[in-house]
Amino acid sequence: MRQNNLELMVGLFVALGLAAFLLLALKVSDLTRIGDNEGYRIAARFENIGGLKVRAPVTLGGVRIGRVVSVDLDSQTYEAVVTMSIDPRYDRLPTDSSASILTSGLLGEQYVGLEPGGMDRYLSDGGVLQLTQSALVLEKLIGRVLTNAASGDASPKKTPLNE
Amino acid sequence: MIAALKGLGGFLLNKLARLGRANLFLFSVLGALTFLFKRPGLLIRQLYTVGVLSLPIILVSGLFVGMVLGLQGYANLVDFGATSSLGTVVALSLIRELGPVLTALLYAGRAGSALTAEIGLMKATEQLASMQMMAVDPFPRVLAPRFLAGCLAAPLLTGIFTAVGILGGYFVAVVQLGVDGGAFWAQMQAKVLFFEDIVNGVIIKSFVFGWLANWIALFEGYEASPTSEGVSLATTRTVVVTSLAVLSWDFLLTALMFGAW
Repeated sequence: MRQNNLELMVGLFVALGLAAFLLLALKVSDLTRIGDNEGYRIAARFENIGGLKVRAPVTLGGVRIGRVVSVDLDSQTYEAVVTMSIDPRYDRLPTDSSASILTSGLLGEQYVGLEPGGMDRYLSDGGVLQLTQSALVLEKLIGRVLTNAASGDASPKKTPLNE
Repeated sequence: MIAALKGLGGFLLNKLARLGRANLFLFSVLGALTFLFKRPGLLIRQLYTVGVLSLPIILVSGLFVGMVLGLQGYANLVDFGATSSLGTVVALSLIRELGPVLTALLYAGRAGSALTAEIGLMKATEQLASMQMMAVDPFPRVLAPRFLAGCLAAPLLTGIFTAVGILGGYFVAVVQLGVDGGAFWAQMQAKVLFFEDIVNGVIIKSFVFGWLANWIALFEGYEASPTSEGVSLATTRTVVVTSLAVLSWDFLLTALMFGAW
């Protein structure tokens, strides 16, 4: 009886431990999304990808439809080639869809946002998106604002003086 | 001058000899593990002692650590309006560091010290010697089940600690502070990777820590001088050495697993 009780308690302990792992695997981690690998691959070429990382989400209309599998540099054209794996459920992406690199929130991570086009032919495995928009690089943006501000300040001052 | 050098040399040689004995001891224990296939009852009993009886402290500590992480994380993130990533903060800190390390430290205090005292007293009261007198090897019957039970119990306890901690963080963040529950889980799932984070952190790290904690505890007990003072000294050493070993190995493992190089 004593031995049976002991075995029961140990069995409960091990079951509790395994349940904790199950919770960690299914509720906490990305294990439910491991199937992403089985999606079809499409690629897009960007001039600048900013801080885009492998495994970043790919969304369409805000819905996550896949993720970035690899980021490479084309040494011929000096463009970044981003390969994405798309969930096979979403197999009706028009071939003239466009991709842009967006940021979630001010400090959030970067992701690829797709905009559907109007063609009635659809992208399949190995397809390449032709229309892309690069990531906004904050330094460049600030630089442009500053140049605009400088030239904007200069011209209205000049005109009244010249007149 | 010569005496000081002699003292230093003697000290180092002593430490080196002790390390060597510890390794020989470990090999003997590992060699004796196969005996447990014949007598699994011994393992079950030890799992009860080091695992089941450690559950209350693990559950309560995990809950409070998770709740504190939720509170502190919220206080810091709310300034940036980034409270939706609270789930990620709580889960990653628990899975990668706090879960394995705190469980190992609690385990050293709760189970490791008891193991040392038990083995040390067995030695002091000549139980180990009398087993050998009867041609019963104490390694397979006494030491191997305790070692293996600790190595198995540590990952299970860490998993429970981490899971309870995340639930505690969820309770504070979502129920008390009003963080959006969907964002809490969704951000966590997006950032926590199963193989990179959970397998590395919760399973591999805690197995290494369980291994270290039991090795040190059993060896200290086995090497204790057979007096009441010796046993008390060995118990203290177990807790101190295990804590140091766990923290330094944690740095090494973190550098290997999550480090940038």
